Amino acid sequence: MSLKLYSNRCKGCGICVNFCPKKVLEVTELEKCAVIKGKEKDCIKCGQCELRCPDYAIFVEK
Amino acid sequence: MSEALINKYFRPGRLPHIWCPGCGNGIITGAIVKAIDKQGLAKDDVAIISGIGCSSRASGYLDFNTANTLHGRALPIASGLKMGNPKLHVIVVTGDGDASAIGGNHLIHAARRNIDLTVVMYNNSIYGMTGGQYSPMTPHGAKATTAPYGNVERAFDIPELVKASGATFVGRGTTFHTLQLIDLIAQGIAHKGFSFIEVVSACPISFGRQNKMGGPAKMLEWQRDHGVMKAAWDKMTAEQRAGKFPIGVLYEDNNTQEYTEAYDELIKRAQGGK
Repeated sequence: MSLKLYSNRCKGCGICVNFCPKKVLEVTELEKCAVIKGKEKDCIKCGQCELRCPDYAIFVEK
Repeated sequence: MSEALINKYFRPGRLPHIWCPGCGNGIITGAIVKAIDKQGLAKDDVAIISGIGCSSRASGYLDFNTANTLHGRALPIASGLKMGNPKLHVIVVTGDGDASAIGGNHLIHAARRNIDLTVVMYNNSIYGMTGGQYSPMTPHGAKATTAPYGNVERAFDIPELVKASGATFVGRGTTFHTLQLIDLIAQGIAHKGFSFIEVVSACPISFGRQNKMGGPAKMLEWQRDHGVMKAAWDKMTAEQRAGKFPIGVLYEDNNTQEYTEAYDELIKRAQGGK
């Protein structure tokens, strides 16, 4: 998996979900960002989520 | 925001920060850190001075020389710090209310002196921390808790105000155009003289909700659709400009002497030197 998530920092604002070009992410019932099950390999490591996350809660590992 | 930069320049133990979900402050604070990293400055050579407000909490999360000071008074304290140690890179983190309302006078006079500070004004168009009262940067007609029928006042064109006051580097960025914002702040830090960067930011809770802006991502898209690069802006007609705003470097003057340099010369002259 190329994404590293810090759920304790995430506030579920949904910015990463909105800007992900491959629609890999979702905001869960607990209002935390998560990778949609089965879409782990769709991530193209574009870095939009990391660039826009206001909470430093998601990082792309290259 | 790469994880290595967070560990290097933040106080990671202080995270998560207190800002609301979708608040632009985190994006701007990240951009400041990236700009400092881009300029290759040592942590001990940087001072982050802030006033009071949501934005001003940023200094507490950053691992430089930092001070969270009085409401509107970040600039006087930063000016004193710069005079005392001109080698420091002093970055002032302030909000629209902090800089343009209570600290408005300090802002114009710091600009007039052309003292080498870099001011990053987080403009979320509202007093977020106290519950959404209108600020001098709330657009005309926008709703606020103190303007339930819409704001009857007009907002400052703050880059023009600061330019007219004597600042020698003026720019405007947004939290959508993150990479441009990092460059703008880096240019502001490199500039010798008073640098002012307005950052159009989103306050989804206190501003967005009252004005039906549609949440954090929609507010970023609003910035994308309304911010126009300076070069394109210059070619637009008045009708095309309606409701939009220019972004980028709006003004730069590299020929005016910086204040601490002028003061050093004065000291030397007064002491009998040349």
